Amino acid sequence: MDLAGGRPVLGIESSCDETAAAVLAGDGRILAALVASQEASHAPFGGVVPEIAARAHLALLPGLVRGVMDQAGLGFADLGGVAATTGPGLIGGLIVGSQMGKGIALAAGLPFVAVNHLEAHALTARLPGLVPGGAPFPYLLLLISGGHCQCVAVEGVGRHVRLGGTVDDAAGEAFDKVAKLLGLPWPGGPALERLAAAGDPARFAFPRPMLGRAGCDFSFSGLKTAVAQTVARFGAGALEPRVAADLAAGFQAAVAAVLADRAGHAMAMFGERHPGVAGLLVVAGGVAANGAVRAALGAATAAHGFGLAVPPVALCTDNAVMVAWTGIERLRLGLVDALDVAPRPRWPLDELAGAVAAPPPPRPPA
Amino acid sequence: MILSRALPTLAVTEALAAAVARAARPGDSILLEGPLGAGKTAFARAFLRAAAADPTLEVPSPSFTLVQSYATGLGLVHHFDLWRLDGPAALAELGWDDALTDIVLVEWPDRLGPLRPADALSIALVPTDAPIAVDTPVTAGGDAARTALLSGWPGRLGALA
Repeated sequence: MDLAGGRPVLGIESSCDETAAAVLAGDGRILAALVASQEASHAPFGGVVPEIAARAHLALLPGLVRGVMDQAGLGFADLGGVAATTGPGLIGGLIVGSQMGKGIALAAGLPFVAVNHLEAHALTARLPGLVPGGAPFPYLLLLISGGHCQCVAVEGVGRHVRLGGTVDDAAGEAFDKVAKLLGLPWPGGPALERLAAAGDPARFAFPRPMLGRAGCDFSFSGLKTAVAQTVARFGAGALEPRVAADLAAGFQAAVAAVLADRAGHAMAMFGERHPGVAGLLVVAGGVAANGAVRAALGAATAAHGFGLAVPPVALCTDNAVMVAWTGIERLRLGLVDALDVAPRPRWPLDELAGAVAAPPPPRPPA
Repeated sequence: MILSRALPTLAVTEALAAAVARAARPGDSILLEGPLGAGKTAFARAFLRAAAADPTLEVPSPSFTLVQSYATGLGLVHHFDLWRLDGPAALAELGWDDALTDIVLVEWPDRLGPLRPADALSIALVPTDAPIAVDTPVTAGGDAARTALLSGWPGRLGALA
């Protein structure tokens, strides 16, 4: 039973440094989507400053929600449900977003969906029109962002099996930290890719951690250390542009090679779990925007006979479209959350089984 | 008093972390200093694995989450990474005051400012300058040589000598 009754769903995302709201029609068409990035306010600190993040989410979110509702030409009474990211992430932002979502749901008598941010990335590929054939379950997800780095067999709504993940740093974290070592501005990933474009990836032969190792775990800490040691050899002060570009290119090549190797192992593991299934690798997270990474993953999927789906960058990075879409998917299955659900800074994908089917709260009298 | 310990390999680093874990008790603050790539998280991982008596305990970098808490044989250990903070203002939101009654392991403790505990054990990890040519390939990764400078822990540092 579709608890949203085919009506539009509002999604709210505030788990890290993006504040976002979106309204999707019941069939998944995007009616309105807005993202306010806090990049500018964080730039002086070289990272996401969580205290500022919570305050900025609080300042931005009401305007964004009003904005998407106006753009969609809808009032809250026209919605079929409200979905908000409730974990994992930074606790301040999660409180702001989930409480706002619950408040709207309570006031308008709508079902509320507490969305797991990782599941939202995982289900994005199923948005209508993104992947030819619509990405039926099961498929393989490679999530590579600043805070997350894992391979997941996506087998259904609320049914995800983590095949492997990082044992130390996330891939995006490695990009951010190496960018900082190279003196690049925040956000580090795009700046590093631009610098690497002019560099020689072969000049510095950086280690490729975990390459060839069984399973599909990742490790990027040793690679980061190797870059730090190499930078230190050039002494204090700014690096020559040539050197910085070669370092960036060498690092990026190492990350791309590691991700392709690990994804290869994950595809083999997925194939063993699901023999006979036409394999599809879906990539999500900000690192998916990196051209060298996409090229390496393209070669790896071709070698394993998998299809490759990389959603547009705006849907790979944090956004509220994926949150609203997850709300739609869950409401279609009758899955709703109680309004006393607490934000969860840590919320592994394999702890999603707790979602329970329950009747929606009664609609208030018109 | 400053104690200097050479850490030529990751195994020696892990042995030192285990020795610190044996000496640690609730209420202790252990501050891990050093630049990016100095081995702070590797040290913290070894400490937590020793404290939890679990050599395979997963200890991901807390750079994104800022703090991860672990139940160990020493009680709760809170692993903080303050790299993304610009100062101590957000620490209250992270439960810093409550955490101090347990054991705290802190990376980038310079962000603590005036909140830096006076009786903390400070462990500064200093990458050892290796006399190698700039174009020599780097292969050592996380297992490179470093020196640990230990200070603080009034009256207790001798246990680590």
